[in-house]
Amino acid sequence: MFALSLDLILGYAGIVSLGHAAFFGIGAYAAALLAKHWNPDPWLGMAAAVGVATALGFFTSFLILRGSDLTRLMVTLGVASILYELANQLDWLTGGADGLQGVTIGALKTPFGAFEFDIAGRVAFGYSAVMLVACLLLVRRLVHSPFGFSLQALRDNRLRAESIGVPVNARLVAAYTLGAAIAGVAGALLAQTSGFASLDVFDFHRSAEVLLALVIGGTGYLWGGLFGAIAFKLLRDAISAWTPQYWNFWLGLFLVVLVLVGRDRLVRPWTGWRR
Amino acid sequence: MSAAPIVLETRGLVKRFGGITPTRDVSLRVEAGARHALIGPNGAGKTTLINLLSGTLAPSAGTIRLDGLDITRLAPYRRVERGIVRTFQISQLFGELTPLQSLALSVSRRLGIGGSLWRRLGADARVAPVCETLLRQFHLDDVQDQKVARLAYGKRRLLEIATALACRPRVLLLDEPVAGVPEGERQEIFDIVGALPADVSVLLIEHDMDLVFRFARSVTVLVDGAIFAEGDAASISADPRVAAVYLGETAPVGSGRG
Repeated sequence: MFALSLDLILGYAGIVSLGHAAFFGIGAYAAALLAKHWNPDPWLGMAAAVGVATALGFFTSFLILRGSDLTRLMVTLGVASILYELANQLDWLTGGADGLQGVTIGALKTPFGAFEFDIAGRVAFGYSAVMLVACLLLVRRLVHSPFGFSLQALRDNRLRAESIGVPVNARLVAAYTLGAAIAGVAGALLAQTSGFASLDVFDFHRSAEVLLALVIGGTGYLWGGLFGAIAFKLLRDAISAWTPQYWNFWLGLFLVVLVLVGRDRLVRPWTGWRR
Repeated sequence: MSAAPIVLETRGLVKRFGGITPTRDVSLRVEAGARHALIGPNGAGKTTLINLLSGTLAPSAGTIRLDGLDITRLAPYRRVERGIVRTFQISQLFGELTPLQSLALSVSRRLGIGGSLWRRLGADARVAPVCETLLRQFHLDDVQDQKVARLAYGKRRLLEIATALACRPRVLLLDEPVAGVPEGERQEIFDIVGALPADVSVLLIEHDMDLVFRFARSVTVLVDGAIFAEGDAASISADPRVAAVYLGETAPVGSGRG
């Protein structure tokens, strides 16, 4: 789901981001803090996470309107790093480097009754799956709307998008904010299902990994992020089981080959080299 | 000349890029329903002027007025909302969309549902008929579902103009619309443009003098960024000074075609 949210920003609106973990992380902390200090209801925590991530996305979106792709990489990376440090320093609130522990999430109230989160994680899985499907449907709806097409149009050709009357900056702000909101959902899910939030959620690795998952799955396809995330996980597990010491090497090699050869040709070799 | 109201007017428009001044003190008036050509040798600043009018570039000095209202600082998309629509000399299209999607997006925007989040593109009943008509007019109906990036050059030129018309312009700025279009299809494009409603103003940059004088009623000649001569088509084509600076230069090309 985290990859899905980046897909909306990168694949459809064409904004490169190396700091997408910022929204994931703030969603996770928001959900965890709310559950710990005020109210353990998961729906409330989810709402808080989405609200905070949306607000952060909205305000930081103005930073990405200026400059080129490289500047955007740096700015998004910077935002995530600032949040990482904030979470690290404000240890009275966030637990600092130890993370936010002892978060208990209350029962999941649904029309079908209340479910306690169990050790086996069945409720957690169901909850995550439902939220994922909900977000997928939401994004699917969005990308087929005039709004979604206007994002693709400005990704393809910003100059022309302006010239047919697409308010480019307003669209970018909206897309980035939406992407942030969905990343917030993903972050909240992690915090709620694991009952834990730590600095790791803001980590650069997370931003980078989600970008990799998206590259594997393919940007600009709705399912790309989902498949990419699954493929990335499977691949990492498989390689690290096979060669625990050098799995990073093989994963890296795979990515290099993927990028050089191109996903379309790797998946469908018969499409050939013409384009 | 005629008493038609002035739709688009520039006063003392200047654009400087460092030491280069591609637009010098241009005061231009485009009437309602004009078929106005902008000609001049290469590097005369014709495309720069279009960029200033469409808002792609901001002028260094001077004002642009649409219907008497100052639009000098208005963003390009706001100008499109008010009816100033342009095409590009080098096709600027959406490579990953199809022609149908490109047109539907323009039409949706014009209908005010371009930012709609919830409905599918084209779900509004008013969108499809407009797109169909344009696709047929511009012979794009056979490729309407192919990605634009895969279209042949000629088709892309046609889509370039169709995309602008989908915005239903009041003032249409055409920057060499038929550059690279085969001879036979050129006249057809001009016929479609010429058949626009009488109150739509067209400002055209074109190098093919035969087309210019067949299409345009009024002509402005730009040389070195400044207006060199202005008038109705007949007087410009008869002006020996214009012939000397401009027609003289391109005469071999024009006579080769004619």
